[in-house]
Amino acid sequence: MSEFEPKIVAFVCNWCTYAGADLTGTSRIKYAQNVKIIRFPCTGRIDFMLLLKAFAEGADGIIVSGCHPNDCHYTSGNFHARRRWITFRSLLDFLGIDVRRIQFSWVSAAEGAKWAEIANTTVNNIRELGPYTDYAKVAVHLKKEAKV
Amino acid sequence: MQTGNYSINEPSMSKLFDNLAEKGKTMYAPKNRGERILFQKVEKFGEIAGDYLLTANSAKEVVFPRYEKVFSYKKTQDGILINDPTGNPFSEVVLWGSRPCDAAAFIPMTNTFEKDYIDNLYVKRRKNLLVLSFSCNTCDEFCFCTSVNGGPGNTAGSDILFTRLQTGDFLAEIITEKGKKVVEENSSLFEASTAEGKEQSLAKVEPRFNQDEIQAKLQELFENPLWAEKSRACLGCGTCAYICPVCSCFDIQDEAHGSQGTRLRCWDSCGFSLFTLHTSGHNPRPDQGTRWRQRILHKFRYMPDKSKIAGCVGCGRCSRSCPAGINILDTVTAL
Amino acid sequence: MNELIKKAASLLEANEVQVVIGYGLGSAKRPQAIFVTTPAGCEQLMFDNRCIQNLAVYLTKQEIRKLGKPAIVAPLPVLRSIVQLVAEQQLTEGDLVVLGIDPDGKLLEFSSFKAIESFLSDHKIVIEEKYLKKIEEIKNMPVGERFAYWVELLEPCFKCYACRAACPLCYCTRCTIENNQPQWIPVASHLQGNLEWHVMRAMHLAGRCTDCEACYHACPLGIPIHLLNKSLIQDLSESFGDYGPKISEPNMLSSFDPDDKESFIR
Repeated sequence: MSEFEPKIVAFVCNWCTYAGADLTGTSRIKYAQNVKIIRFPCTGRIDFMLLLKAFAEGADGIIVSGCHPNDCHYTSGNFHARRRWITFRSLLDFLGIDVRRIQFSWVSAAEGAKWAEIANTTVNNIRELGPYTDYAKVAVHLKKEAKV
Repeated sequence: MQTGNYSINEPSMSKLFDNLAEKGKTMYAPKNRGERILFQKVEKFGEIAGDYLLTANSAKEVVFPRYEKVFSYKKTQDGILINDPTGNPFSEVVLWGSRPCDAAAFIPMTNTFEKDYIDNLYVKRRKNLLVLSFSCNTCDEFCFCTSVNGGPGNTAGSDILFTRLQTGDFLAEIITEKGKKVVEENSSLFEASTAEGKEQSLAKVEPRFNQDEIQAKLQELFENPLWAEKSRACLGCGTCAYICPVCSCFDIQDEAHGSQGTRLRCWDSCGFSLFTLHTSGHNPRPDQGTRWRQRILHKFRYMPDKSKIAGCVGCGRCSRSCPAGINILDTVTAL
Repeated sequence: MNELIKKAASLLEANEVQVVIGYGLGSAKRPQAIFVTTPAGCEQLMFDNRCIQNLAVYLTKQEIRKLGKPAIVAPLPVLRSIVQLVAEQQLTEGDLVVLGIDPDGKLLEFSSFKAIESFLSDHKIVIEEKYLKKIEEIKNMPVGERFAYWVELLEPCFKCYACRAACPLCYCTRCTIENNQPQWIPVASHLQGNLEWHVMRAMHLAGRCTDCEACYHACPLGIPIHLLNKSLIQDLSESFGDYGPKISEPNMLSSFDPDDKESFIR
């Protein structure tokens, strides 16, 4: 059996973390290839339901990342996001959705090395936790019903 | 076409259940679930709830699931593949412990799905369904089966109707060929008998109105302040429709997944504001009053007008469960 | 009770209001919402501990608004909902007369919404002990078991949306779940559809829910969905301080504090 390669979806803001991840590349810092980045205008724009959709589609882990507090391009998007994540994380945890698989971080446009480190540690953590099937299993009816 | 009366004792009942389950049939029966008793799949006789008047949900899910695949598709290099589920085998289902009103509901339901357009999904499920009902020996203030041509010992819609007699044994009335086959295959459990003692064991459900009179009155009451008045407390949820054993409106939904997907039919309710909303933004039933009117008219006028069968079996579930305490009897008896 | 009936009748008599939203005995001897439009009709008004439906839900319904200016019989849960509706600009001063009922059953009169708010500051939302225990019990399950617990609990849900319809704060005329082209939350009541619907419901009520339990009482299948809201109320009050409807402060989830504390963001 081949070794488990975690699938990680990263929801990042355009202004800080996306630019930071770009810097990781231009700085020639290598990091795990398991992370698929999806760019948003702001962390405040990331709908909580997207995280569940990622799990439903088979993601084993999720990264949500944006500008450090006080650095938001839109002044307060990340402050609002932070409250929302505190709330959502508490709800997910209560529902038994594994919050260890969701990594939140602040990565600025200058923190190319931090992005690589966040990505690598998340991949390693998820590798240790193993594949996440709990949530995908409730969504599996889609594929079962769709069987042609 | 009643084909005979038998008697069966309690231990044999459990044996009968096991025999049916052993044949690989899916057993549905009333079972405790959290705070309610619901019709759901059961494995063992012991799981069946003992003391219940009616389940909170109706039994219609056995023939009309809350969501059901109509077809699925997949785009491939060779074109689009379509999967039609009516070609698949349908499992044999036994509905155990339904009440006469639950069973009677299959008649208007069948009329809806098999009258002009033959709905193969329904036809196949209904064909594979064995209905083993139990007469009612209790009732409550919401029951009104006797006002809509039913009754606590009504046999319509059942394959076998069991009635618990005062002796403790059960009278088994064989109603259909399907029912007859059950007796034949389990003949050691049944003893020939008469229907004696049935009437005395049944609940007394007082008639509350006359269905024919209501149907006649409803021909003229389309515009009437009563509809708004009686539905004033209505919250516009779908509870009454979803727990109704006869309501069978549905909505078509597509769940797409890349180049493949599924078309589903999902329950819908005339109580929802979106039910009749047009694309233009116009809504011919703009408020709960007109929606409530539709519900009453559909059940007590349109269905009997069209097919001589009322769309209500008098189980009273809608009144028992309405979150705003609306009682359908209040409207019908006020007409 | 006489006090309430007299007050309601006098309001209708003076044409200060055109309808009184209150509780009355229904035909099956159950309390239910009634809408009284004549002084004589006020005799039907009643209140006891069986009156658990949250009447505030009717304040935003078009069918009821059409009847004219309302007076509303408002025990504690209704008062809380009214304040939250005011905070969300769904009600303005002068829109209605509030016939408050204090926890001892005495009639309360309020000069303004602010007065209700200050009355409520002495009657804070407190999650009952039995629910705290239940929440604790769920939180102590291993994560996979906890998930299985919820999947099993939510499985019977057939999405009649009684929880939404009974909630005074679910007043949107078009709900996210009805936006289905493309579909965002599955409409079908399969496991994913049910789970995502209840997650969405809980999230949209986070920081707004006033713990009236209307959703739970409305559920025809008796699913304890209010546990989600209660757990959030508990956690939010730990994270963001004093929880409860307020006119004078912005909503919890539409505001922030630059010093909000968490321990999970790196």
